[in-house]
Amino acid sequence: MDRDVERFRCLTRRTLVLGGLQLGLFGVLGARMYVLQVSERERYAMLAEENRINVRLIAPSRGTIVDRTGEPLAVNDQNFRVVMVAEQSGDVDTTLARLSDIVDLSDADIRRVLRDVERRPAFVPVNVIDNLNWRQVSRLEVNQPELPGLSIEVGELRRYPYVEATAHVLGYVGAVSENEMTGDPVLALPGFRIGKTGIEREYEHELRGEAGTSQVEVNAVGRVIRELARDEGLPGAQVQTTLDIGLQDYAQRRLAGEESASAVVMDIHTGEIFAMASHPSFDPNLFTTGIDSATWATLRDDPRGRLSNKTVNGQYAPGSTFKMLVALAGLESGVIGPNASVYCPGYLDLGNHRFHCWRHWGHGRLGLNQALAQSCDVFFYDIARRIGIDTIAEMASRFGIGAPVGIDLPHESTGLMPNRAWKERQFDRPWQQGETLVASIGQGYVLATPLQLCVMVARMVNGGRAVRPHLAMRVGGPDGAPVDPPAPDLGIDPLWLGEVTRGMIAVTSDPRGTARGAQIPEEGMQMGGKTGTSQVRRITMAERMTGIIPNDQRPWDDRDHALFVGFAPVDAPRYAVAVVVEHGGGGSAVAAPIARDLLWETQRRAPGRPLTPEQTVATPGLGPPTGEG
Amino acid sequence: MSLLDRLTYVGDEEGPSFGEKLLSINWILVLLLTLLTGVGLAMLYSAASGSFEPWASRQAIRYGIGLTVLIVVALIDLRIWMRFAYAIYGFTFLMLVAVEAMGVVGMGAQRWIDLGIIQLQPSELMKIAVVLALARYFHGPTLEEVGHPTRLIVPIALVMLPVGLVLRQPDLGTAMMLMMVAGAIFFVVGVRLWKFLVVIGLGAAAVPLAWTLLHDYQRERILTFLDPERDPLGAGYHILQSQIALGSGGLFGKGFLQGTQAHLNFLPERQTDFIFTMLAEEFGLVGGVALLCLFVIVILYGVIIGLRSRTHFGRILAIGLSFNLFLYVFINVAMVMGLIPVVGVPLPLISYGGTVMLATMGAYGFIICVYVHRDVRVPRRGLQSEL
Repeated sequence: MDRDVERFRCLTRRTLVLGGLQLGLFGVLGARMYVLQVSERERYAMLAEENRINVRLIAPSRGTIVDRTGEPLAVNDQNFRVVMVAEQSGDVDTTLARLSDIVDLSDADIRRVLRDVERRPAFVPVNVIDNLNWRQVSRLEVNQPELPGLSIEVGELRRYPYVEATAHVLGYVGAVSENEMTGDPVLALPGFRIGKTGIEREYEHELRGEAGTSQVEVNAVGRVIRELARDEGLPGAQVQTTLDIGLQDYAQRRLAGEESASAVVMDIHTGEIFAMASHPSFDPNLFTTGIDSATWATLRDDPRGRLSNKTVNGQYAPGSTFKMLVALAGLESGVIGPNASVYCPGYLDLGNHRFHCWRHWGHGRLGLNQALAQSCDVFFYDIARRIGIDTIAEMASRFGIGAPVGIDLPHESTGLMPNRAWKERQFDRPWQQGETLVASIGQGYVLATPLQLCVMVARMVNGGRAVRPHLAMRVGGPDGAPVDPPAPDLGIDPLWLGEVTRGMIAVTSDPRGTARGAQIPEEGMQMGGKTGTSQVRRITMAERMTGIIPNDQRPWDDRDHALFVGFAPVDAPRYAVAVVVEHGGGGSAVAAPIARDLLWETQRRAPGRPLTPEQTVATPGLGPPTGEG
Repeated sequence: MSLLDRLTYVGDEEGPSFGEKLLSINWILVLLLTLLTGVGLAMLYSAASGSFEPWASRQAIRYGIGLTVLIVVALIDLRIWMRFAYAIYGFTFLMLVAVEAMGVVGMGAQRWIDLGIIQLQPSELMKIAVVLALARYFHGPTLEEVGHPTRLIVPIALVMLPVGLVLRQPDLGTAMMLMMVAGAIFFVVGVRLWKFLVVIGLGAAAVPLAWTLLHDYQRERILTFLDPERDPLGAGYHILQSQIALGSGGLFGKGFLQGTQAHLNFLPERQTDFIFTMLAEEFGLVGGVALLCLFVIVILYGVIIGLRSRTHFGRILAIGLSFNLFLYVFINVAMVMGLIPVVGVPLPLISYGGTVMLATMGAYGFIICVYVHRDVRVPRRGLQSEL
């Protein structure tokens, strides 16, 4: 028994030690709990909040774009789309098969959905199909019980009600590309669209608005449990354009008779663009819903520049529309006086080279007014020869040629106004006097966009003010300030402007004027302007010998561009126009009638706002043509 | 004498009658166990976001089965358990071998035998069987004999055989627990302290070797334990999320069913291994300490029962099984608080799981059996009229 007692005592003793050890270890647990739950509680509480609260962005509603009267040009439609939550759907294949009985689902759609389903967590909604119509929506709703996991969501879809008429000016929106991710987190939202071209791009910042946020409680796999707080954000601002949609639409339809053409109508005092049309056009709505690559390729590769806004991106030799600038340069430099005259034998010899007038039997003796009216080349060769290219270039640049005029559109082309320095720089060869002559009739290196030509003529007839064209009238609804930059004076003697203006009036009014057939018949609305025909290819010596092939017998893209710049009404100019018909043939026959129709329609609609007194200052000396008229 | 009589004959000394036994069951201890299970059910209800399905209801049924097992085990004569101690050990060992052969792969380790109704984890039963076998073994030798090193070969083998098997599964947590329970028993029966030091020393020397034998995920767990931030979304995720949930609970907790971390699934395995975290998140330090105290009382109760027993077998059995419960609780709670690596040990009676519930109730069946038969004496040299 002693031995039993002995080992029992040992057992008891050691059990007490063991028990003490256990209690000690429990004490460690308690201490650790105290540290976690009391001492470091704040820290863990914060971590816990970060864990569960997730901030989600709410896409702001994009601002609409309206015309000057408030007519909507770009709106947001409700976009009904079907999304699928795979885990609620169970059998994805069967559900999709059932869905395809109701809406058209291509095999590619189904493959994309299956791929998305596989890639994402099962609770994340996957876009199945967009742009459902009401009929499909109602049929889907009726059949909802047989379509587990499918739900209809409403999003925004940009729509351009005037389709082709506004496609180039407004541009379009599209999915955000990799290099457009500028850090604004809203750009990363699935399905977010941003402006790609036109006003949509230029005013992207204003139109976009600010993303709202929704604080949601999420679980460990990111599933939303409930919304804790919501900030609606700021919807995008409305952009009111200076466009008169009636006129814009008219212009677009008027150009549609040509293969490829563009036209701009603007207010010569305020710079407001009333119409800016480029033909052929496209349906911008195709881009908002996602365009397929074949359609895209067709649009992109159209030789007539279907996607390009030719009023700002088409660069053409201005042809005879350039002659006013040469005249102004000549007058200002004193090389010619208002009554100067030149004899035109049909050509001008310079060195051993002969420069032809378009009328190769010559115009005889004529002054500035008739030189413009009949578009005599020799008259301007003569001035140009005496004043040199740099003087011409300086004058041209004051009127907006050779540099972007600053229209509020992205990627405006600069055109080109060559001078000596430019030639040296570009070709490392000195400027030739012959090149001055070619430039003086708007050929050779000179390039201008229709918008630049329109601005040029506007500045000539608004009293020599450097008006800048613009498309945005107000940004941010009726309270937004009108965007009318003050137009500084170009510092040109109004007398010279008057001479040139009268010359342009003679173009349409004089019996010998090149555009006499295109005058507006209505009293008080008559226009002045200048025709231009710009050669696309050089006329060779051989051709001159055998006779120049008429335009309509040449392949389309070999034909001359037809140009016309004009203004109206003649006694108190208000509107300026520029029309370029690519490969249209002659400016007088093709472009002038279009310009006439546009100015006529513009005056009938009279879209401009009342002018301030300072804007209404008329050009001195303007009035009924004097002199040779 | 029939075979059954012969098998169940444990001596001439009369044990208590069935009625006496039933009355002498320690109902207070049963009540405490029920209280713990109740806490567990409440937490499982919360883990299912306020639903008895799928966990709480099944756990309640398992408790019912467990209680039956407890009472049956408690009422069977302690001497019969003593007689069959080795047999039970042998049977459990065979089941462990069977797991190797036909076990179902679950959680990346083979641990279960699928019996259809429940998936049995022999390793959990082994924790009891080892205590039974060691208690049976150390019932015999005197303190002097225990001091003889050769006397320790058999018990060490009894422990190391199953340890080797569970390590193969691989189940590091169970292997450690088996060795620690055995160590505790070796300690209380009087094995000299220097022998422990030698073993610990050898063990420490073997660490580098063991490291190379560990599975990748085991190494990962240990490394992650040492630095949880090293992979916050991977292996460190469990520890970090558990600490966040626990710490954010504060002194009084977020309230029943209000534990955000657990309910939003940030807390992994919230119905099993990490259920204590959930409790601490919802009931705070106060609730957590209260539960720990409840466990301390239950464990202490078992130890006291052991010390009051007149048989050495009963003493060792009750003390060993109590220590076993202590190990469960300590390892689990220390694990969820980031004190030790994540080893996958559940919290008995609280965590969802059939085998652990059954094993725990069975273990307390043995402890109560010791209590019921506290005055029965069994000679040191073994049971009379052994076959």
